[in-house]
Amino acid sequence: MKQIPGTELLIKALRAEGVDTVFGYPGGMVTDIFEELYNQDDIRVILPRHEQALVHEADGYARSTGKIGVCLVTSGPGATNTVTGIATAYYDSVPLLVLTGQVPCNLIGNDAFQEADIIGITRGICKYGVILKKREDLGRVLKEAFYIAQTGKPGPVIIDLPKDVMAQLGDSIYPDTVNIRGYKPSTGVHIGQLKRGIDLLKHAKRPLFLIGGGVTIAHAHDQLTDLVNQTHIPVVTTIMGKGAIDTDHPYYIGNIGMHGTYAGNMAISSCDVLFSIGTRFSDRVTGKISDFAKHAKIVHIDIDSSSISRNIVVDVPIVADAKEAIAAMQRYVKEYDTAQWMEEIHAWDREHPLHMKKGRGITPEAIIDAVSEHKENAIVVTDVGQHQMWTTQYLKMDASTRLLTSGGMGTMGYGLPGAIGAQLARPDKRVFCITGDGGFQMNIQEMATAVAQELPIVICLFNNHYLGMVRQFQALFYRRHYSSVCTRRRKNCPVRCGGPSSICPDYTPDFVKLAESYGALGLRVQEESQIPSAIEQALANTQGPTIIEFVIACDELVFPMVPGGNALNDMILDY
Amino acid sequence: MKKRWISLYVENNVGVLCKVAGLFSGKAYNLETLTVGTTEDPTVSRMTIGVESDDVTFEQIKKQLNRCVEVIKVLDFTTNSIHMKELMFIKVMDCSSQDVQELFQIAQIFQISIIDCDTDALILECVQTETRNNDLIKLIRKHYKHIEVVRGGSVAIESLSMTDR
Repeated sequence: MKQIPGTELLIKALRAEGVDTVFGYPGGMVTDIFEELYNQDDIRVILPRHEQALVHEADGYARSTGKIGVCLVTSGPGATNTVTGIATAYYDSVPLLVLTGQVPCNLIGNDAFQEADIIGITRGICKYGVILKKREDLGRVLKEAFYIAQTGKPGPVIIDLPKDVMAQLGDSIYPDTVNIRGYKPSTGVHIGQLKRGIDLLKHAKRPLFLIGGGVTIAHAHDQLTDLVNQTHIPVVTTIMGKGAIDTDHPYYIGNIGMHGTYAGNMAISSCDVLFSIGTRFSDRVTGKISDFAKHAKIVHIDIDSSSISRNIVVDVPIVADAKEAIAAMQRYVKEYDTAQWMEEIHAWDREHPLHMKKGRGITPEAIIDAVSEHKENAIVVTDVGQHQMWTTQYLKMDASTRLLTSGGMGTMGYGLPGAIGAQLARPDKRVFCITGDGGFQMNIQEMATAVAQELPIVICLFNNHYLGMVRQFQALFYRRHYSSVCTRRRKNCPVRCGGPSSICPDYTPDFVKLAESYGALGLRVQEESQIPSAIEQALANTQGPTIIEFVIACDELVFPMVPGGNALNDMILDY
Repeated sequence: MKKRWISLYVENNVGVLCKVAGLFSGKAYNLETLTVGTTEDPTVSRMTIGVESDDVTFEQIKKQLNRCVEVIKVLDFTTNSIHMKELMFIKVMDCSSQDVQELFQIAQIFQISIIDCDTDALILECVQTETRNNDLIKLIRKHYKHIEVVRGGSVAIESLSMTDR
């Protein structure tokens, strides 16, 4: 049989799995693999500027396509820099294959140069991790990794590749099938359980669908829309579920949770049957557990049995893929009379509609509205913070719009690299990156990657010269003690600053000049009336990224807000 | 809170013990005892795990274990009829000849072996349930100041016809 080095078998495996893009950062222990990549033309290799961003880019690629994102980094610091990216993908169930270089087997354990036990380090933040000790296992291990990452509840898989094992000659077989005795992802839907859940709807006066990220991952937009049209049951979403149904659908109410809409949170608190699909009931979603949907019987459909009855005790548990379950439900449901219930919900919405007060300069809502004008075929990627919550509140979405956001981990710095990955994967889409001045600067070096790849990303930078979300907490709950949140602060500033004044130092960096120094377009917007023309100008720049810096008042806060530990119907609505 | 037992079939691979132990520490589950050894199939190891937990947490523990790719099968031994024993050695030192005689009597009553001795010391080998071993330590401690205890953790297997535990 033909003997080939491990590096060659790796490329063969990537080809067999249909991988067209690898996000790679070279280094000593993976140079052999980069040599192999150099000698082929099927797979493009993207060079980011930092390994954390590299993983976010693969993550953005995966979220925007549903395909697996492939990462290749070197040992030691190359591997440890991926940790935040891996955790981010794990918490939002994103399929990734992370290949890390490792020192040769005889040096492992010697504290060799650039040696790190990356499998040990990432054990708690990935779906599966393994170090390849024998060349003959390579084909099987790779096949299993692709399978595990993409089936069941998707997630990141890490393979640590010692340099000597990859150089070793061995067989050229890449298997077609896998058989892992400890891993059999559940398929199909338990119809009996599903019918029990649907039976509850018969006598329900206030039924409600709660839709989480699982529905988005399963690409079940059309099925969910049909189900809602069929049943007339209103829908609320988590931030990960936003967009699973058109935001202008007559039965769509809004998000629930810490920054959910008033009507959404009231609906959860008043419903009598809660049909939840693809959510893990995170604390940001539920608020005070004992008061969550306390009048409701709860049905919970999730692919991961360990998500069921963990945070919220449910009446009918159903382990299933969201799309399959929704399709099966359609066979047993009917139209329910929800007219009166909808009227109640609309009354809440009229009482406290989701809108921001005008008059402090540029309203964040106005920027999101301007982005929503271009929602058709758009991918909107956010960073983490106030701008993220405003986006999840105000963004309009239809079947062609995707929203990518770090929901579970809440990773600042996700925005720009996430957008780069999405635009690389989907050149046919318009990609908007909505970010803040804090998160943007956590991976600002990726401007170079975006320029190098000529990606026409529209970067909407919300600059309020504060780490706004933390500042909001300090404003509301810490007596306006603005501790370490001002991004204009310099060493000569008063130790305890009461807020902005005329003596504040200038902001650095100058984002317009920064854009120019990267060879990108930079715009600054200080008036609400300039928003549409700035976005048009950015959209017209198809040769590379555009930074639009929106100068925003720091007193713009995100409302409604459910203070941590409060019941969802206990919201702060104004400040 | 209640003491519960799990028997786990896992892949006999490097890092699997870490994965399982890490799951307990990472999620703040109360791991009390864990034993592991290979089975008749050299590619499979079997763990016997004792945890202290409430009902909801215990359900979650089983689900989380099931979720691990390296875990082949999770058996709940809390209510099953099983045979379960723990190996324990007790070295008793500074014994007078009367002490030695007493220890021989204790050994007889508890059905344990004395496997080694010196002029003023001896070693007890106790293969008992965890609770009986606890009782034994308590008893020996009452009379002897200078002792050394090594415990192996419980191992368990499902019974054939006995309903006893």
